[in-house]
Amino acid sequence: MSIFVNKSTKVLVQGITGKEGQFHARNCIEYGTQVVAGVTPGKGGQKMDSVPIFNTVSEAVRFTGANCSLIFVPPPFAADAILEAADAGVALIVAITEGIPVMDMMKVKNHIQNLPVRLIGPNCPGIITPGECKIGIMPAPIHKPGGPIGVVSRSGTLTYEVVHQLTAKGIGQTTCIGIGGDPVNGTNFIDCLDAFQKDPDTKGIVMVGEIGGSAEEDAARFIQENVTKPVVGFIAGLTAPPGRRMGHAGAIISGNSGTAQAKLEAMAAAGIHICRDLGTLGELCEKTF
Amino acid sequence: MKIHEYQAKELFRKYNVPVPQGGVAFDAEEAKSTARTLGGFPVVVKAQIHAGGRGKGGGVKLAKSLEEVGTLANEIIGMTLVTHQTGPEGRLVKKVLVEQGLNIVKELYLSILPDRATAKNVIMASEAGGMDIEAVAEETPDKIIKVYINPLLGIRDYHLREVAYGLKIPEPVLKSFQAMLKNLYSLFVDYDCSLLEINPLVLTADNAVLALDGKIDIDGNALYRHKDAAAYRDIDEEDPLEVEASKYHLNYINLGGNGNVGNMVNGAGLAMATMDIIKQAGAEPANFLDVGGGANAEMVENGFRILLSDPHVKAILINIFGGILRCDVLATGVVQAAIKVGLSVPVVVRMEGTNVEEGRRILAASNLNLITALDLKDAAQKIAQCVQ
Repeated sequence: MSIFVNKSTKVLVQGITGKEGQFHARNCIEYGTQVVAGVTPGKGGQKMDSVPIFNTVSEAVRFTGANCSLIFVPPPFAADAILEAADAGVALIVAITEGIPVMDMMKVKNHIQNLPVRLIGPNCPGIITPGECKIGIMPAPIHKPGGPIGVVSRSGTLTYEVVHQLTAKGIGQTTCIGIGGDPVNGTNFIDCLDAFQKDPDTKGIVMVGEIGGSAEEDAARFIQENVTKPVVGFIAGLTAPPGRRMGHAGAIISGNSGTAQAKLEAMAAAGIHICRDLGTLGELCEKTF
Repeated sequence: MKIHEYQAKELFRKYNVPVPQGGVAFDAEEAKSTARTLGGFPVVVKAQIHAGGRGKGGGVKLAKSLEEVGTLANEIIGMTLVTHQTGPEGRLVKKVLVEQGLNIVKELYLSILPDRATAKNVIMASEAGGMDIEAVAEETPDKIIKVYINPLLGIRDYHLREVAYGLKIPEPVLKSFQAMLKNLYSLFVDYDCSLLEINPLVLTADNAVLALDGKIDIDGNALYRHKDAAAYRDIDEEDPLEVEASKYHLNYINLGGNGNVGNMVNGAGLAMATMDIIKQAGAEPANFLDVGGGANAEMVENGFRILLSDPHVKAILINIFGGILRCDVLATGVVQAAIKVGLSVPVVVRMEGTNVEEGRRILAASNLNLITALDLKDAAQKIAQCVQ
């Protein structure tokens, strides 16, 4: 089992003919993901390798039955791409694009709230159910299929580091999700924690947060009340100065809010096993799970 | 992106948000000629830097004569202004805003910002104007009015009333206050602001409402659609190494202080975690540097050069988890940079992920004195040894 995606997920790629879109679409296909369509306006009727390209998402959905969209569209057009997928009835949207203006994402979020759609990202590595499908840009070989651990993170490469340490200790993953480093995103920690709690094959969860906002504090409260599976938590940015955006648009300490210390305290109070030194995360997981 | 008060007020004027008469001046003569146009005294001379707390730091002064305007402008321009936001090193003042003094009867606080948790824009207002809003929020949270606005619907008249009546705006000013607030919200949305703050917003004896101060941050990701605002960037307000890094699309932040370990990482989360690891190992991170997922050899080389040009850096830790950025590309960049720039400090390299074997081979074949770390723990120990 897994959450959100599995081997029957049918993926269309928005921006499949761009440099990044093409590169990663190929990697996903190679991993075994069912990439059934691409969308690039003006290139409908063409093919990327053997993948048919459509001008619009609704057309792609009609002809291929795609139920997931992977978005590589550049920032100025990305909000539009997400809305197009949502309005075309795509159930799961994974937006990789980094650098979408906040004002655009706020409008997107308010619009899709009332639609039967899940957005992962933007500014994220995507989602992978090892051994079944990879919908994103993460390096495939570091993952180990078969579970029993679910991973959820606001970061990209930091997630790879965590997964790599798990795999090195022989601990496999059910599903790994990057929810993205932007201040306004789709799926949050709580959505993933809830799904992992309900997934019978997931026996434990690793949650990787960072400075900025209060998503980790909210998640900690949720865990205390709803999650019975063991959770290992890590927060990046203990040494980050206030008032500066640390790479991710959402990673900023504003005044006294969003500090790593406050997040760690909330997580510890919720009974989460805190990893203070990233170098030892694998060992802590081995001990905990 | 932060902009200056005088620039924020230019935008206010464009949106019919009343501001005191005045203008920016780069020297005493200019300050005096601006003051002459204001039609009387007192006149306020305000240092223009990208930091709050200017008044307390001595950067805002009242002049009662033309001569005094000149003296104060001379004093303030060229001073190193230290506020709670500049850090102990302070900021060199290069320009002042010269403005008419007003007969103020009440000071208010007003700001608009995107609220990440609700994905709504929020107007925050308080009768405790001129004060540090964080202190107000902490001590008397009930004194802050918050009105949330769905960005799809925009600001409605009832939002305006909620703020106006909440602030107990007197009857004669009600209409102009609401018009001003509506205009401010338009400005906030049109320019993709990540913060718009007026502290204080003032009511005057002649029943006018004016923005006495103005602070605007613009979403850097939206600057492509605001060419006029992009021109407001003032690189004098930025760290020279950060300016240099931005030319190469490198995400670099100089942490200042006593940081002695430079570090280069791909990905923001891993970069923060790497800084934390350096600290935990007993050393001090000098910077944040995320070379990004799509970095090429040239970007790595430029990043390396920037790290080495920080005189406080006594050792460098490179931590790359190869995904999109392949380890062989990174290794090539590091070797190129090391040969070009010369290795003046020890460099610890930790690589993992795509093409790691090829990357390690390139490093080993270079015959450069690069210290290879097996994993993060090993990297932390080795970097700490280097600076001990």
